[in-house]
Amino acid sequence: MKKEAQKPIEQTAVLRAGNFEEVVGVYDQNQALLEAARCLQCKDPACISGCPVGIDIKKFIREITAKDYAAAYFTIREKNNFPSLCGRVCPAEYQCRCTCVLTKKGSPFASENAINIHFLERFVGDNGMKNNLVSATTPEKGLSGAKVAVVGSGPAGLCCAGELARAGVKVTVFEGLHKTGGVLRYGIPPFRLPRDILDFEIDCLLKMGVEFRLNAIVGKVVSLKELSGQGYRAVFLGLGAGTPSFMKIPGENLCNVYSANEFLTRVNLMSAYKFPEFHTPVSIGKHVIVVGGGNTAMDSARAALRLQKMNGIDPDVSIFYRRTLVEMPARRLEIEHAKEEGVQFKLLVKPQEFIGDTEGRVIKLRSLECKLGEPDASGRRSPIAIEGSDFEVACDMCIIAIGLSANKILTAVTPELVTDKYGDVRVDPQTMETSVKGVFAGGDIVGGEGTVIEAMGMAKKAASAIKEYLKV
Amino acid sequence: MNRVIEKKVLSEVQGVRVAQLDVEAPDIAAKSLPGQFVVLMAEEKGERIPLTIVDNSRGAVRIIFQEVGLTTKLLGKLNIGDALFAMVGPLGHPTERKKYGKVILVGGGVGIAEIYPVAAALKRAGNHLAMILGTRTKSLLMLEQELKSVSEDFYVVTDDGSYGEKGFTTDVLSRLLKKEKHNLVYAVGPIPMMRKVAETTKPYNVKTIVSLNALMVDGTGMCGCCRVSVAGETKFSCVDGPEFDAASVDWDELTKRNRVYADKEKHICNLKKI
Repeated sequence: MKKEAQKPIEQTAVLRAGNFEEVVGVYDQNQALLEAARCLQCKDPACISGCPVGIDIKKFIREITAKDYAAAYFTIREKNNFPSLCGRVCPAEYQCRCTCVLTKKGSPFASENAINIHFLERFVGDNGMKNNLVSATTPEKGLSGAKVAVVGSGPAGLCCAGELARAGVKVTVFEGLHKTGGVLRYGIPPFRLPRDILDFEIDCLLKMGVEFRLNAIVGKVVSLKELSGQGYRAVFLGLGAGTPSFMKIPGENLCNVYSANEFLTRVNLMSAYKFPEFHTPVSIGKHVIVVGGGNTAMDSARAALRLQKMNGIDPDVSIFYRRTLVEMPARRLEIEHAKEEGVQFKLLVKPQEFIGDTEGRVIKLRSLECKLGEPDASGRRSPIAIEGSDFEVACDMCIIAIGLSANKILTAVTPELVTDKYGDVRVDPQTMETSVKGVFAGGDIVGGEGTVIEAMGMAKKAASAIKEYLKV
Repeated sequence: MNRVIEKKVLSEVQGVRVAQLDVEAPDIAAKSLPGQFVVLMAEEKGERIPLTIVDNSRGAVRIIFQEVGLTTKLLGKLNIGDALFAMVGPLGHPTERKKYGKVILVGGGVGIAEIYPVAAALKRAGNHLAMILGTRTKSLLMLEQELKSVSEDFYVVTDDGSYGEKGFTTDVLSRLLKKEKHNLVYAVGPIPMMRKVAETTKPYNVKTIVSLNALMVDGTGMCGCCRVSVAGETKFSCVDGPEFDAASVDWDELTKRNRVYADKEKHICNLKKI
């Protein structure tokens, strides 16, 4: 008999659209066992090759089946320091689940029947957290006492810090904001990644001896050169892709037109959804349009919809995307969740102009309809605007979630750090070392926008190279 | 630890105070240059707001602010020994410190404080400075002696005529520009004043720089809250500014964008009875 894939409990759409609590629950033990039992334990497991950090998925699932959850936890932690985090935010359907043997051949993302590896990872991670499981540090010869600076406390920085600290390196993480976590805190809403989970994962690093220096912007308050003068023998740059892109269309600077970064930073980092208990305000539109089709667009739309519900406004949030659902880069689960909560999808549209009132506030968005043309460089069919198909939609708030580019604060004052035409830092792909000796980089500042786990993959590679570098 | 090591109330008119805090921040102070700013949080649940670094001696960052919004009112309640929740900097591009020749500096309201470090730096660079300071009324004038000491020519105007000339800073400005050629006009103050400065200097074809006070969140180029149209191009005040060519700024847009949260600000101040 074919066994059904296990679905974790979720807050109902009606309920959750009115709060910022976590949407997806964790498997209970029974569900975890049933799901783990579905795993075919392939002789040559394809899932592992789909994981950017190479977690031994087959092994940890087998350990779940044997009810040895602690062993499963340590198996994951061997490759990934943040199981509770990645179990929540990894786009598993494009990664391990996509390469799972149960996914139909040639499918662009995982079949529903593929093993829910991310839910199992989360079960194991949350269980480890509950039981205070701590991975042992294994100091490596020639590394103890060596000082390394990590710049940025987002996914890449945290991962690199964890890898190095585990090997006995004395790590200091420099973070520009007043809180740790980078995009995990300012970008990802609490309903996808609860703050106590994030805090726990970061606390693990503190316990491993990692030191965090908040409100410290490298390139402003201290230069790269000065870091080496302060005894840091190597530096890892996990600067992220911090600069929001705009469409460069008329009216984009009208009031209540936000970048997703600004909207989410206000809501997530500054807790504007708890205004006035927290002092940072955010506009709450009656008719909100979110432009874009990635996870950030979904997060923005769902946060905006929650703000409406919490303020007694009938939900009215639309995603405007220039291609179709198939090409949307967002996680399938996020798209489904957004739909269930009442987010509307307006597909094949290309915004042309924001129109404002006399007070400079946005009141309308004019767009063109699109059709799909030939596949572009990304392999997705490119949208072609249809001349004369203009239409207007009323809105009093817009959020632009079309992507990010490199933040240049550090690179602008560090000319010896070679960048590409996008402002991303150039690295040796084998070692992740930059043009400056002893300075390594990973995450979005190297690869442009990627996922949390991809950033971690790069950070791990850099950490290995840094360890070698320190031993010489 | 961002502890307040000195506090002064510079003026108080109709219950609205202008206060000055020296906040211990040796790392920021050591790196800060004239024209740069910090972003700070008064308390953990607070907002992040930008304030110009007025002075950086003694390992401390001096900030001067009018207590008009919730955050500035909370800052005003801090006493010596209290700590800010967070402070980051120095942010933004510093003022270009070079010899222009004859320079007019225009400071309005609390912007007068922001003029001071720039004036001192331009003076050190060998410029001839004419200073025009404007406030609503005499008691709002600050740093008069300090600013006088770096200026060759010194003018004060007040809206109500209670001190100096009665009128606007731009009255004096156009008089000076009419009289002789100047090489630079630098203005900081309320948006309407800076806008008027831009209009006044335009016919004289003199380089005019303003330091903008756009709303910000992170202050590091990450959010785009502070975007402003300059010569038709979108710039971020925090990382591209805060100084821009006055004639190129879209003043209408800036005025409106800076008012977006005015109602919410009023609401929260009423709620917190502050």
